[in-house]
Amino acid sequence: MTPALNPLRPIRAVIEFLGGLTYLLLDTARTLPAALFSKRGRRLGWQNLWFQMDRVGVQSVPIVCLVLFCIGAILALQMAPILRDYGKIDSVADVISVAIFRELGPLVSAIVLTGFAGASIAAEMGTMVVSEEIEALEAHAINPIRFLVVPRVVATTIMMTCIAIIGDAAGIFGGLSVSQVFLGIGHQQYVTHTFDILKLKDFVTGLVKAAVFGSLIAGQACYLGLGVTGGAQGVGKATTRTVVYTIVALITVDLLFTSAFYFLGF
Amino acid sequence: MPEAAIQVLDAIKKFGGRTVLDQIRLDVFKGETLVILGGSGSGKSTLLRLMIGNVKLDGGDIVSLGKSITKMNDAELAAYRKNIGVLFQSGALFNSMSVADNVALPLREHTDLPEETIDIMVKIKLELVGLREHAEKMPAELSGGMKKRAGLARAIALDPQILFYDEPSAGLDPVTSAEIDQLIIDLNQKLGVTSVVVTHEMDSAFRIAHRMVLLDRGKFIVSGTPDEMKNSQDPLVRQFVYGLTEGPLTARRRGGAYVDDLLGGPD
Repeated sequence: MTPALNPLRPIRAVIEFLGGLTYLLLDTARTLPAALFSKRGRRLGWQNLWFQMDRVGVQSVPIVCLVLFCIGAILALQMAPILRDYGKIDSVADVISVAIFRELGPLVSAIVLTGFAGASIAAEMGTMVVSEEIEALEAHAINPIRFLVVPRVVATTIMMTCIAIIGDAAGIFGGLSVSQVFLGIGHQQYVTHTFDILKLKDFVTGLVKAAVFGSLIAGQACYLGLGVTGGAQGVGKATTRTVVYTIVALITVDLLFTSAFYFLGF
Repeated sequence: MPEAAIQVLDAIKKFGGRTVLDQIRLDVFKGETLVILGGSGSGKSTLLRLMIGNVKLDGGDIVSLGKSITKMNDAELAAYRKNIGVLFQSGALFNSMSVADNVALPLREHTDLPEETIDIMVKIKLELVGLREHAEKMPAELSGGMKKRAGLARAIALDPQILFYDEPSAGLDPVTSAEIDQLIIDLNQKLGVTSVVVTHEMDSAFRIAHRMVLLDRGKFIVSGTPDEMKNSQDPLVRQFVYGLTEGPLTARRRGGAYVDDLLGGPD
């Protein structure tokens, strides 16, 4: 059977990809203490981590805020006619806050971060492979996982969680703005509804998802970037794959989490 | 007989089904500069990567600084790599760091020296390669020759016992190439390091080599001093050394089934 017609080939490729990614993330967890807390690792580990947190997180805050503000506003406008028919227009705040905190805040922030940071990490790592920088690290007895992957995964995980909180606030503010200007719901009423409906578990489940999304974005970007072959074309392919695979992975993992939270009663 | 710093013992390396290195045997003696010659795809860069432990052998062994690379665990391999320096073809500087930070990186990673001492050591290494005044520049601001010199300063940061050079003169103008060659000679003489140079630049090879070996299709064809190579009567060696257009190498390329290829013959 020719390789192109072999139906097991894509399945094998998926298993290999997932296996490789899992191995990388486990290796990252294994080297994390040395990267951040060992005497020598501390010198470069923390410096690297701050740099990556700024690059991955701080710089993506404005775009995440803009996107989630718009999503909050869109949700308010979409829900208003239906809720008005039921005489429940002031429940717009309830719908928006639960949707944003539990689902859209973390997911949309993660998708923005995939394009913003994931693609950039994959391209950077791929270029380092092509320009022999990874090989040079190994030749200098410097573990690329500890030196490159750990700071990126940790920074993206931390900043994804922070960005999700900021994104949640932007989404709520978007809904509030539209509700006040176009739907005649006062901001006091909106805020009261929001705080009444939201429970700690909504906030926590959103943050747990955000942290996992962060690890997934950076892990996939590093894995695909480090696997680059074939020069500039390979870097381009890895960047595209990172964005596509990560968005698919985010939504799949989100479904798994939502199902788990649903059945566990969270 | 001089003591061997590296012993390549029947090394075999395959990529896919293709044998790139076929039972190679080679000794690199302490303090010498050995040049490995060979055309593109002859396996010379693979041999270098095997010696630095970046690629795994499929057969045979390599004993470097008294230890078998194939039997080293991760910690032993890291310890071995702290005793060697590698200059990659492109210089392989870390583009996000200044020249000084590139040179300081191995010192920060592998020593407990205070920053003040590291600064002094970085200046010494950069002075050795003539780049002290460019310490704060980023790699993107450097010319090709300067990148290689900076890469060399980083390679000698930990005072290695063996230095590996992958195509040190490739892509450089003749003057810069001669400067790099002089640096290799100086480092060999001043620091007493063993040097292994992979190249196909004959002018450069004759300037720096104590001994040369010629690799072709994964096998060593000949080994000798630069004079012995120049005077060799082997047609393949003569064609490679003198860059002749007629000889076994070009005959082999022409010998491909060109007519079959054109007319769709046996395949």
